[in-house]
Amino acid sequence: MSTLQITDLRASVAGKQILHGVNLTISSGEVHVVMGPNGAGKSTLSAVVMGKPGYEVLGGSVTLDGVDMLALPAWQRAQAGLHLVMQYPSEVPGVSLDHVMEQALIARGRSTDGLDELLEAEAARIGFAPELLHRALNVDLSGGEKKRNETLQLAVLQPRIAILDELDSGLDIDALRDCARRVEALTNDDGPQGQRLGALVITHYNRLLEALRADVIHILVKGRIVATGGPELADQLERDGYAAYAIADEPEASAPGSLDDLFAI
Amino acid sequence: MPAFSPDAVRASAPPDLDRRIAAAERAAAAAFPSAEEEVWRYSRIGELDLSAFTPGRAITTVDAPDGVHVVQGAELGDRADDADAVDLFHELNRAFMDAVVVSVPRGRAIEQPVVITHRLDAAGVAVFPRLIIDAAEDSEITVVEQFVSPDGLVALCVPRLEVDVAAAGRLKYLGVNMLGSSTWHLAHQQAFGARDSNTLLATVALGGDYARVRTEARVTGQGASTRQIALYYADANQMHDFRTLQDHAAPKTHSDLLFKGAVQDHAKSVYTGLIKIRHDAKGSQAFQTNRNLTLSSGAWAESVPNLDIETNDVKCSHASTVGPIDEEQRFYLESRGIPPEIAERLVVLGFFDEVLEQLPVGPLAAQLRELVSAKLQRKSS
Repeated sequence: MSTLQITDLRASVAGKQILHGVNLTISSGEVHVVMGPNGAGKSTLSAVVMGKPGYEVLGGSVTLDGVDMLALPAWQRAQAGLHLVMQYPSEVPGVSLDHVMEQALIARGRSTDGLDELLEAEAARIGFAPELLHRALNVDLSGGEKKRNETLQLAVLQPRIAILDELDSGLDIDALRDCARRVEALTNDDGPQGQRLGALVITHYNRLLEALRADVIHILVKGRIVATGGPELADQLERDGYAAYAIADEPEASAPGSLDDLFAI
Repeated sequence: MPAFSPDAVRASAPPDLDRRIAAAERAAAAAFPSAEEEVWRYSRIGELDLSAFTPGRAITTVDAPDGVHVVQGAELGDRADDADAVDLFHELNRAFMDAVVVSVPRGRAIEQPVVITHRLDAAGVAVFPRLIIDAAEDSEITVVEQFVSPDGLVALCVPRLEVDVAAAGRLKYLGVNMLGSSTWHLAHQQAFGARDSNTLLATVALGGDYARVRTEARVTGQGASTRQIALYYADANQMHDFRTLQDHAAPKTHSDLLFKGAVQDHAKSVYTGLIKIRHDAKGSQAFQTNRNLTLSSGAWAESVPNLDIETNDVKCSHASTVGPIDEEQRFYLESRGIPPEIAERLVVLGFFDEVLEQLPVGPLAAQLRELVSAKLQRKSS
């Protein structure tokens, strides 16, 4: 059993504080969903937890099974078992997906025996065209193919805890269902590393939750978790919007939104 | 008897003696180039002391498949004097050259490459290889020319390449600079493409101290096309310097250029490229792309693209970039648990892949990938 513990996390981008004390605890097999309006700090949260350069941690802590993640560079956080499914995965010309997966496994000291077969099987499972396995990462891929690619990497690397940053953005309904089902299965079944995936799912929309069963819903507004509840909270949001949580002054609420977009992953 | 004088030519008694003596006399009268001249701008030509060298010969081997005609040490007569970019090094090459002429007859397509290797092994030697490639009408040929010297060997290599591709001919040339870290390289390439011909001039530069390649592709017949590509990667105190010309002298011609380079440690690189569309080259297309990675803060790269267009009805574009590795790409790979040095290697190899996959000799690409990897591992932190 693994646990990611985020405690009173405060962080800024370009001198502007975005996270004002976030608390979350996610364990193996659990699906936590963080919802919130534009500019709430959702993408900042995922970037700071994964260790993306350009973000300043002002206080608080992030630990995975007691290990201080904030003290480690991103690649060591990944090796410790954290994973980020990116909203806008980068194109990396000339670097193929299968080669990156091979290097990622070698870097973890894991065997690459059967990797080709595993990649083929995972590609088939989520409807990712197998010839794309040998092509440069994300180059000339459609939005849907990029997200299938991200989901495939998650399934191959088998992290302990994954942050899914707007997996649903830019996805058609088929791709969304394929990706969400794969993540759902990872959270239900023991992986080769002997445990189920814990997921922190960041999203705007309910439709992801039709195929991915949420255990806990958190509402993030202006850098703070303002409400936590069961799946019914998502239904309530769908009905009423964020009006009950968003504090009056709109201009300020949109300012960090534009920043968030600018620095979004 | 000064090393590069007419008397020095007489003493070596090569073929074409009179013409060589005349060239040596012109060389003796020519001014030594200076970085003040536009064509030598950014260069390290001011550091070159010719009196530290004596003319000599490289050890040249030619490996040619059946069907290709190769002549070494031939009398070239007038044709070797027939060039329009004449300077001191051109004259010295004319005076002291070792010529190899490669020709392929009309209509013949030769699949296997001709491989020519020049090895420099004597300290203080200046060598002047000249390679002439004649691709006759509707012929096809691939030629690889390698320049090799050991690290630490102080020497000067001044090669010239002359390429003539007749109507509908297809030529692929690859020059590989694997010279040692103390050898200078001053190369000049000129290619002429007749009607409907197809010419590829590829360069890989990994070696040399100061290594310059001036490469000029002129299309003289309607429908001809040229492609110039290069991979260059300088480290320590190396400098790579490229001068390119895409010269359109006939209608409906096409040229494309892709030069990709990297510099690290205290190395430098310069790319200066010109697209020239002459008055009668209507309906032509010319593209030029130069991209540079600066892998260390002490390294320096410059990119200077130029256009000179004398007619309407053409399509031209040029793009150039100089900068470090893309942070988003690096983070993406590192977020997969890949350590920084491996992520950097993947991104750099990926950057060069676009050029490597277009090189005319496939098996060489794997070897070059290894050499690039090895160079990256030598980067001082």
